[in-house]
Amino acid sequence: MSEAVVEARAVRKAFGRTEALRGTSLAVEEGEVVAVTGPSGSGKSTLLLCLAGVLRPEAGEVWYDARKLSDLSENDRTRLRRREFGLVLQFGQLVPELTAVQNVALPLLLEKHDRRAATTMATGWLERLGALDVADALPGEMSGGEGQRVAIARALVTGPRVIFADEPTGALDTVSGEHVLAALLTTARESGATVVMVTHDNRVAASADREVVIRDGVVELTPVIS
Amino acid sequence: MSIGHVLLGVLSAGPAHGYDLKREHDSRFPSAKPLAYGQVYSTLSRLERDGLVEVAETSQDGGPERTTYALTSAGETSLAAWLDEPEQAGPYAADDLLRKTLTSLHMGVDAGDFLRRQRVVHLARMRELIALQGRDADPDQQIAIDHTIFHLDADLRWLQAAAARVAPQGKVRS
Repeated sequence: MSEAVVEARAVRKAFGRTEALRGTSLAVEEGEVVAVTGPSGSGKSTLLLCLAGVLRPEAGEVWYDARKLSDLSENDRTRLRRREFGLVLQFGQLVPELTAVQNVALPLLLEKHDRRAATTMATGWLERLGALDVADALPGEMSGGEGQRVAIARALVTGPRVIFADEPTGALDTVSGEHVLAALLTTARESGATVVMVTHDNRVAASADREVVIRDGVVELTPVIS
Repeated sequence: MSIGHVLLGVLSAGPAHGYDLKREHDSRFPSAKPLAYGQVYSTLSRLERDGLVEVAETSQDGGPERTTYALTSAGETSLAAWLDEPEQAGPYAADDLLRKTLTSLHMGVDAGDFLRRQRVVHLARMRELIALQGRDADPDQQIAIDHTIFHLDADLRWLQAAAARVAPQGKVRS
């Protein structure tokens, strides 16, 4: 068995008096595609954001590649999120004033890449995701599926080792969702990236290598069928 | 065989005759087609032939002869094996999923365990179909696969809802 690339160990996280995670542990191996499912309010998204270093747990540990996230400075965590992680959210969260290609190039510019090189790379990723037609469109001019493809291109442009996706097809109809999911998984598998995605969609869960069910803030044991 | 196992499940609470079995079945599964008496008695004969039930008593109080059936130990084993075994995932498995889940609940068996294992089987089948769909460009085949995937999806959503309604001790949450 290979080493975990991201791991939560007995993580606890509360919002006010509500305990979202109650000692949750999850280890994800390099190159693995994991779907995190469970009822609404079970703590799935909180776990994803803790693993991605966006939220800080109150107790327990989050590890990335033999580094404990809580030992890193805020600057190092930000750098990690920008360089090693890609984040895809349900509604894309694109910058509304920027075109698709500018949105995709943004993480590279934040990392001080040359503007022309960043634009070339961004265009290449839009092409790979079948979103070249909307390269010069603003997010408000795109369909949900187009916007989500652009968001995936933005998450992948830095060549992340781990992609965290929260309901990547949640706002899309079946066929658009299928295309977006195929685009995400094909590109992730081609580049050997690890994917952790939170979903309510059974088709997304079935497309993963492994399903992890969260109930009441803890991971439910997955039965083994002989 | 699943009607037979449903009847074995009813008999696990104690001996009963054909009329009681039909009434209990129809009350447990109000959305299913009511059992015909002929089906109840032909199923009981088959179960008796296979040694899964036995005649506990025959009485005749002025009317027609009434036979009371009881579960045998082979019947108990067969019932437990049926409840334990996930159904093959397919568009027409839904009735059997409901039969197993309700039979488990009536017997106080943890239906959550069955529901979780069934989810794994359904997801595995869905994964095979998604892979097949990815390789196949023919619209008619895509549409046919969609038909199966959507039925599996409905089953999966029902399995999830049923699991949420089942408390750890196997009772239904009110």
